[in-house]
Amino acid sequence: MAVAEADFRARARKALSDEDLQSALAKAKGGFVDKRANAILDLPEFEALRERGRQIKDHTLAHLDTYLEQFEGNVTRQGGQVHYALDAESARETILGICRDAAAKQVIKAKTMAGEEVGLNEALEAEFETVESDLGEYIIQLAKEPPSHIIAPAVHKTRAQITELFDHHHHQKSGGPLRETPDLVDEARGVLREKFLGADIGISGANFLVAETGTITLVTNEGNADLSTSLPRVHIAIAGVEKLVPSMREVSSMLRLLARSATGQQITAYTTFITGARRPEDLDGPEELHVVLIDNGRTRMLGDEFREMLRCIRCGACMNHCPVYSAIGGHAYGWVYPGPMGAVLTPMFRGLDSSQDLPNACTLNGRCQSVCPVKIRLPYLIRRLRDQSFEQQITGPFARWAIRTWGWLARRPALYQQLTGLMRPALRLFGRGSARRVPLAGAWTAGRDFPLPSGKGTFQQQWREKRGEKRT
Amino acid sequence: MADEQAPRPQVGLFVTCLVDFFRPGIGFASVELLEQAGCQVTVPEAQSCCGQPAYNSGDLADTAGLARQVIENFAAFDYVVAPSGSCAGQIKKYPDLFETGSAWRRRAEDLAGRTYEILSFLDEVMQIEPPRSDFSGRVTYHDSCSGLRQLGIKDQPRRLLSGSPALELNELSESETCCGFGGTFCVKYPDISTRMVNDKTDDILATGAETVLGGDLGCLMNIAGRLKRRGAPVKVRHAVEVLAGHTSEPAIGDEEEAG
Repeated sequence: MAVAEADFRARARKALSDEDLQSALAKAKGGFVDKRANAILDLPEFEALRERGRQIKDHTLAHLDTYLEQFEGNVTRQGGQVHYALDAESARETILGICRDAAAKQVIKAKTMAGEEVGLNEALEAEFETVESDLGEYIIQLAKEPPSHIIAPAVHKTRAQITELFDHHHHQKSGGPLRETPDLVDEARGVLREKFLGADIGISGANFLVAETGTITLVTNEGNADLSTSLPRVHIAIAGVEKLVPSMREVSSMLRLLARSATGQQITAYTTFITGARRPEDLDGPEELHVVLIDNGRTRMLGDEFREMLRCIRCGACMNHCPVYSAIGGHAYGWVYPGPMGAVLTPMFRGLDSSQDLPNACTLNGRCQSVCPVKIRLPYLIRRLRDQSFEQQITGPFARWAIRTWGWLARRPALYQQLTGLMRPALRLFGRGSARRVPLAGAWTAGRDFPLPSGKGTFQQQWREKRGEKRT
Repeated sequence: MADEQAPRPQVGLFVTCLVDFFRPGIGFASVELLEQAGCQVTVPEAQSCCGQPAYNSGDLADTAGLARQVIENFAAFDYVVAPSGSCAGQIKKYPDLFETGSAWRRRAEDLAGRTYEILSFLDEVMQIEPPRSDFSGRVTYHDSCSGLRQLGIKDQPRRLLSGSPALELNELSESETCCGFGGTFCVKYPDISTRMVNDKTDDILATGAETVLGGDLGCLMNIAGRLKRRGAPVKVRHAVEVLAGHTSEPAIGDEEEAG
């Protein structure tokens, strides 16, 4: 991964002044929000569906051991193989091992966030010609950047930037005129078609894993997952253990939630169900099928109060509706999962001490929770991470001192009121109405005037006076 | 409006630290509206803050300390009313601070059940008629996030404001987007916060409103501060100021008349 979690503030500042990024974000934001809203208007039972989604995931998580075993049994019975990877390194090693055993030269990849999570691309690129087949992923692979959004990885790129990338990589030229979107898409399709045909290995993620049938479910709008998983002789699917659902019945509920929440579609253009390796009578399909299930911190979450985060189906609605995400974009978050879900997952997977800004850079406005298709209490989890930060003294000493001192004072109302009563007239020396600058309030006044206290004293002072008058 | 025979509901006003310090007028407007609605209003002296800054910074010990203080000092009232959705919302979160089954937990639950944000209290509990006012002009309304999402406050202020026939309400195009205040967020991440409130003020200016109303002073100070910095002549007020007819007082951040 090219960026680290630390130094969120510097990245956020840079993002705020990056005009290309800002124009790309502005364009994307409205699209996602409006499309989702319209899709939900057409489905009055959406709230009930969310509740069902929550229950399906909670049930599966509560019986994960059973469903994992069932899934593994069904995959194995149908000619596939299930591998368990405890951490990122073992996931990479498992996949590299499969590629080496297959004497592979070329790898084609469909989009996988689990793959991003374990840093799969860097490992693959060192040994094999590796090409991303999702258009967005392909663009950022050319740009050598990590994704900035979990379903629209190149959402931060403008058309001008993509024109330049394609001109450079496909035609070895630069400074050409701005190209139209269909032209760019056609060109990528042409380039990628060759890669599909030449690949020995296809790697995909999984949106859902069906225990009852051993099925891998994939959704795309480009059809690239179908080609990636059916043309090469080996298919490797990588997924977190939380992707399991009991049966096809649950998958259909989850698909209805996912498409609407992610892109405002009733259903994605392609929904693929892959069950088992190629059988002798099959016309196509991979000879080998591997499913690499990653833990990477998930079973630890299963046992604590962050379990509900494992309901996440990676739709991206939380980030699409997050005003902080739409101000700074995904890269500022420093790791593969941005926005509200990243503010929980990054500390969970990578440690809170290197990512303590993420749960703090949130206004707890709650819109993410209100759109989450599986009702994850994101603001609650984010706030719980702040509790941990404070408890483990990851919160800095000055901030801790300030909040504790204030807390001490606020628990002594008489003293508190004396002090605030003294501060009011002092503050009013800085201007009339509002002040452009106030000592110690630089963070506020950098972008805003400071409204000064109005009236003839604190409410309590005035109230006491009035009561006194009434009594006499 | 209240039946002469029926005992008047005893209301304890939770002033909130921001209103107490920055804008006492919101407190007086609240008292007036509650009394007009037939309530007997008391303002306990022993109060400061609901504890949100500590709670949202992860300092649970101090939050619980403050919660016990509020629980004690507001034990005697039928209702506890605050001119803020986020402070009322915080009081409603107190039960989680105490162990299940403990006495404090029970008392916190009892308090939470009696606590209301003022606009929803007037509209839903006291069911008052929208107060008649001659306030006139184009306004827009900012729904603060805690009120909106935690307490479901959306229609109540609009119903109450409908008693001002000359008030023309133009809704924001993104009325459910956070203004970027977020308590300590606004000073911990000032760049991001300023960007968010700038977007909010763009939206406000696009409505053509002369006044922005809302129900939470923190958000309103954030919005007023940004509007002032941009030199935009839009006034910012708490909705109770309009409902109580207290609009001769300068708007938030505006200069007071000399003398």
